[in-house]
Amino acid sequence: MNPGSIKIGLLHSLIRKEEKLLIAAFKNAGVEPIMIDDRQLIMDFHTAPDVDILVERSINHSRALHALRLFESAGVRCINSHRVAQICGDKLLTTAALKDSGVAQPECRVAFTEESALQAIEELGYPVVLKPAVGSWGRLLSKINDRDAAETVLEHKTVLGSYHHSIFYIQQYIEKKGRDIRSFVIGDDCIAAIYRTSDHWITNTARGATASKCEVSAEIAEISLAAATAVGGGIVAIDLFESDDGLLVNEVNYTMEFRNSIDTTGVDIPQCVASYVIGQAAR
Amino acid sequence: MGECPVCAAKVELAADAIAGELLVCEDCGAELELKSLSPVVLEEAPAAEEDWGQ
Repeated sequence: MNPGSIKIGLLHSLIRKEEKLLIAAFKNAGVEPIMIDDRQLIMDFHTAPDVDILVERSINHSRALHALRLFESAGVRCINSHRVAQICGDKLLTTAALKDSGVAQPECRVAFTEESALQAIEELGYPVVLKPAVGSWGRLLSKINDRDAAETVLEHKTVLGSYHHSIFYIQQYIEKKGRDIRSFVIGDDCIAAIYRTSDHWITNTARGATASKCEVSAEIAEISLAAATAVGGGIVAIDLFESDDGLLVNEVNYTMEFRNSIDTTGVDIPQCVASYVIGQAAR
Repeated sequence: MGECPVCAAKVELAADAIAGELLVCEDCGAELELKSLSPVVLEEAPAAEEDWGQ
């Protein structure tokens, strides 16, 4: 199929550096993406904009999640799929999917009340990390070192947070020695990885961590592909901890950010994404 | 060329600028959204929301 005849929709809201790089990559491959701004989108449950395949790049998880469901309902194939977005956008569902596939991850507990959450934290042992089930960029993560902190944070979340902050997702704290790994999976390939290093225990680059190249070892590739498969595959970025017991999957991201990883790794990630999407659209 | 709605500085647009693009004013550091190209309209970008980013 001539790439120029493929209608690739690009669902977006604010256009970040990643989206500009993707647009350029598609154009280089001979495809002019059809830009679909989620802020102007009206869906009727039956039809969707006329595209062969949709690439989801919305900055808002909630809009992406619902738009993907409606595009798929109208018969449009989406990358990533609604199922992948649903699983990756919710840490509880991600943990369940990884567990179902036997992928190594930190110990986790989920509780629904202050009292049971405190009990779960004490059983898991300090420190623990309390995370919103839905959230990103390291926001509202709490490293809880003792019972005093646990009681305080749980009370604050219950009283001040919206209802979904009372779904307590509690993760064993992994001593990661100042860094974690983010690997990039496209289809059946783990194409690149970076270390994210910070003096802070939160190592998101959105929070100031620095990126450096990480060679994709066989172990990194194996667990990254297993994690990607567990959540439904496609184009995902995997956050990995290097523990004393080997690599553990922390999170899987379905609308991956990669601006800091192209020069760092020497891999043209947007070109890899464009090639994959065009290949999928032509199938 | 557009004007920063925060500090009124001139904001240069790249040749491949597109509507919806996120820009930063080099004078005041404000995050801006390019709302339209013709005419050039810049607005302050929306503040980060709870479900943004990955």
